[in-house]
Amino acid sequence: MSSVLEVTHPGLGNGIQDAGRFGYRHMGITVSGCLDRILARCANALAGNATDAACIEVRVMGPALRVTQGAVRVAVVGNMAPKVRRADGRQEDAPAWRSLALEPGDVLETGTVRGGVAYIAVSGGFATPVQLGSRSTYQRALIGGIDGRLLAKGDSLPCGVPADPRQGERHATPWCYDESPIRVILGPQQEHFTAEALQEFLNSAYTVTPQMDRMGMRLDGPPLQHVTPEAADIVSDGVTPGVIQVPGNGQPIILLADCQTVGGYPKIATVISADLPRLAQRKPGDALRFRAVDAAEAKAALLELESRWLAWAETIALDAPVDGTDDEAAWAAI
Amino acid sequence: MNSNETGGMLSARLLPVGDTAWTVEFGNVIDPALHARVLGLAEALEQTREDALFSAIVDVVPTFRSLTVHFDPLRCDGQRLGEALLHLAQTSGAKQAVGRQWCLPVCFDDEFAPDLAELAHIKGMTREAVIDRLTAAEFRVYMIGFMPGFPYMGGLPPELQMPRLASPRKAVPERSLAVAGEMCAVYPWESPGGWRLLGRTPVPMFSAADPVPALLASGDRVRWRAIDRGTYLEMEAAAKAGMLDRNSLLVTGEGDRS
Repeated sequence: MSSVLEVTHPGLGNGIQDAGRFGYRHMGITVSGCLDRILARCANALAGNATDAACIEVRVMGPALRVTQGAVRVAVVGNMAPKVRRADGRQEDAPAWRSLALEPGDVLETGTVRGGVAYIAVSGGFATPVQLGSRSTYQRALIGGIDGRLLAKGDSLPCGVPADPRQGERHATPWCYDESPIRVILGPQQEHFTAEALQEFLNSAYTVTPQMDRMGMRLDGPPLQHVTPEAADIVSDGVTPGVIQVPGNGQPIILLADCQTVGGYPKIATVISADLPRLAQRKPGDALRFRAVDAAEAKAALLELESRWLAWAETIALDAPVDGTDDEAAWAAI
Repeated sequence: MNSNETGGMLSARLLPVGDTAWTVEFGNVIDPALHARVLGLAEALEQTREDALFSAIVDVVPTFRSLTVHFDPLRCDGQRLGEALLHLAQTSGAKQAVGRQWCLPVCFDDEFAPDLAELAHIKGMTREAVIDRLTAAEFRVYMIGFMPGFPYMGGLPPELQMPRLASPRKAVPERSLAVAGEMCAVYPWESPGGWRLLGRTPVPMFSAADPVPALLASGDRVRWRAIDRGTYLEMEAAAKAGMLDRNSLLVTGEGDRS
């Protein structure tokens, strides 16, 4: 019997996401997926899952989830301080970066995220329906998630079958990002900008504004001038998460996971894939700087991120079982 | 023969879109000849998919004037892929064959066509004359974008062309047939929009439950067929019940085209 969680409080703007939906961008269907794929992997690894299992992505206020069927192991990662209300009324802290077994009747109350993006993983992964190859919520096309929407009160979230439910709890030190400049590859339309604008872009601090969602992040800083007023528009061409488009007002917008597939503003640069996860952790008011790199440096950065993640996964430690019989009994119900 | 042919190689530019995509650009205007080259490259890529280098490609997106090729940077050498794409673009030429041909129903009742009377008035034409011109034209689907299933179609006759509304609507009803400049489109869902609304089709542009969700694809040709309100309501109900066969909207044999 698989586990089921019921959403007793939806929180704010929480949706199911996985590694994304590929192969449909020519139909205008965005790639979606976790904004911070590294943190989502961390949550899955702590829950004992494959790294690309579906999680709940939390950007503001997380949900409260009650186990209605079967025991389940949960792992929360990110800047959160969740609590558990046990079926018998006991309250416990359920710290992030550590897994925790829940039994029927237990409620996980995740609370607010203090900046950035956080993830909730369950053992077996959330087993909501796969649509067009992915469970990722894409509200605009009403696909993925729960009937194409975010979590709502009363939703039942089915969990997959855990790979190895009898293992003990896992914990690891929080994954950290450095604050160094966000690395970009210039283009595809850097020639639409004046030489001064390119210098300004690479030498100034830009502030993340509150106008930020899964589609994009608007920045505020020195305006970037196009070579002519006409150069502020192009005949629409392809875009991807990380693209930095600059409309006529000169203020950059970085496109994120739910961005459109094509766009009509010139793109001064594109954030490299290695830096998209740490970009997703920036919050309104944060300062951003950019540094131009070439393709070789982008590739090296990606390989370094991957090996750093593997090294982090190696540090996941198993708790010594405190009382094996209880755990056995809980999992025997599955 | 071709103005952008140089030394036997067709001109094309390779533009980086970060480290996960290349845009192969054939020009910077909306032009059927450029679009034929976009589709020519897409077709050539389709035929080389077994090649290990191309197997890292995750998405291929045709636009008016360029092809954006998204790839997994951990599964290939991005630089080599870019060079291979450029070479293919310089040698593949334009796609000669036309895409699928559709004949899609549209109802021009006042309720569905809030901007039809004004467009006719400004152009000094009767309502009927506007409808005649619109249904006589053949539209080319350049690309799908803006929102899932939204087709950008070129081919609006010059005498019907007008700029966007100065003040966009907060809510354009789903399946509205809309025009702006030389473009024609259908809004797959209710959404804000500044294009002028000349009718509504009962045919969904996007069905998430279908393995191929978008009705139209880049390269398709579309003609509009006027239907009355009764037919519109019948077809809309059939579509909602999942009883509308997409294939019945395709122009199949040569004989059907007359």
